[in-house]
Amino acid sequence: MTPTTSKRPLQLNDQGQLRHFLSIDGLPRELLTEILDTADSFLEVGARAVKKVPLLRGKTVCNVFFENSTRTRTTFELAAQRLSADVITLNVSTSSASKGESLLDTLRNLEAMAADMFVVRHGDSGAAHFIAEHVCPEVAVINGGDGRHAHPTQGMLDMLTIRRHKGDFSQLSVAIVGDILHSRVARSNMLALKALGCPDIRVIAPKTLLPVCVEQYGVRVFTDLAEGLKDVDVVIMLRLQKERMAGGLLPSEGEFYRLYGLTQQRLQLARPDAIVMHPGPINRGVEIESAVADGAQSVILNQVTYGIAIRMAVMSMAMSGQNAQRLLNLEAGEQN
Amino acid sequence: MTLPSPAELLPKMAADLQRSLQQRGIENPCFIGIHSGGVWVAQALLKQLGRNDALGTLDVSFYRDDFSQNGLHPLVRPSALPFSIEDQHLVLIDDVLMSGRTIRAALNELFDYGRPASVTLVCMLDLNAHELPIRPDIVGATLSLADGERIKLLGPTPLSFELKTLVTN
Repeated sequence: MTPTTSKRPLQLNDQGQLRHFLSIDGLPRELLTEILDTADSFLEVGARAVKKVPLLRGKTVCNVFFENSTRTRTTFELAAQRLSADVITLNVSTSSASKGESLLDTLRNLEAMAADMFVVRHGDSGAAHFIAEHVCPEVAVINGGDGRHAHPTQGMLDMLTIRRHKGDFSQLSVAIVGDILHSRVARSNMLALKALGCPDIRVIAPKTLLPVCVEQYGVRVFTDLAEGLKDVDVVIMLRLQKERMAGGLLPSEGEFYRLYGLTQQRLQLARPDAIVMHPGPINRGVEIESAVADGAQSVILNQVTYGIAIRMAVMSMAMSGQNAQRLLNLEAGEQN
Repeated sequence: MTLPSPAELLPKMAADLQRSLQQRGIENPCFIGIHSGGVWVAQALLKQLGRNDALGTLDVSFYRDDFSQNGLHPLVRPSALPFSIEDQHLVLIDDVLMSGRTIRAALNELFDYGRPASVTLVCMLDLNAHELPIRPDIVGATLSLADGERIKLLGPTPLSFELKTLVTN
């Protein structure tokens, strides 16, 4: 790839290293594997007495959350702190945006605080991409979830969870169950599983909760839960996103649970050593039975721990890619 | 330049280390190698000493001082210390000592695991190019390189040194 390639993907620098993390779409398997490997090393750091490394000392990370979040926001904060960065978190939904400030104006104000990295969560698809396009050079942008589009760090922490429990992706059957239509997690997971070489990706949902042309992700579609769960190694349950339902998609929560809720009995259709995942927050008795969520096959809380390591990996790699690009630009400037 | 042979350096390093530990009354130190060359040297040294100790390994990538220049190493491996280092005498092993910055990073990392009783530094080669007040306690050989020359340990078996000349434009 030549440094001047104008069609270079926005999230990579001229050497093909990560500089923003906006979506899993278009990232090569090697890069995803590098993220997982780096996260493995950060997991080890999380097990020490001092859980902190000096990589991002002197850097400022700004978490900008235009949408509510607890798990994602706190694990991003913790990840940045464990990298020794200074962290500020802005819940914009409760501040200037409600007073009518535009996204770009908010961004310019934050840039003026000399932030080196933005972690952005926004209700509109493409918001993080928009910010990455307009941010000053050398500032990294990490997507913490945008609309229905992508939640790439959740996708990667799910991949780390699968790899740590199941090893290689090349023999696995993975089922993603529930509200696929509204789920950015499902999109990120389908892309990541495909890129990492998972041969059998299944989505299980009622027709009203499936996006149009979902088959384009290279997945098999099931509308019957029992049929779809048969012999899978991994079950990824999704939260029923009641707040995104304009109505009319489901008869009732009870009906949904009766047909698509993961109960202990239904889990027996999967392989005996299958793991159960969920991005949280879980709706007990809506998409998953408590006995399953708290059961021996559940790795839902491990996912939270792995999320910190993944976010540390992505943040340090993006900062590293920005540094490398700055040096490349300097060299190019000297040669001209 | 004739490069020293690791196999010939090891017996003397092992004897020097044993003597040094004995003089200080250190009986059961823990051994830690720095990825990758230092781990190979540590394994060879343990064999030479006839010991079967569990070996700790450190990858200092997260502690380097050149992150803003060189970024993150693309192949970071997890550090693994299969013992507590609190109040423990440690033998820290690397292949080549040049500026001393790797050892600085390794010491910083070690202290995030606990407070060791002492750290003895073993390096197979000392290149006389110190930029920090860090010197090995035990050294296999000392040599000086010309500008633009770099030396690399190849391994794990057999161990050998390779001399490289950096290409400059």
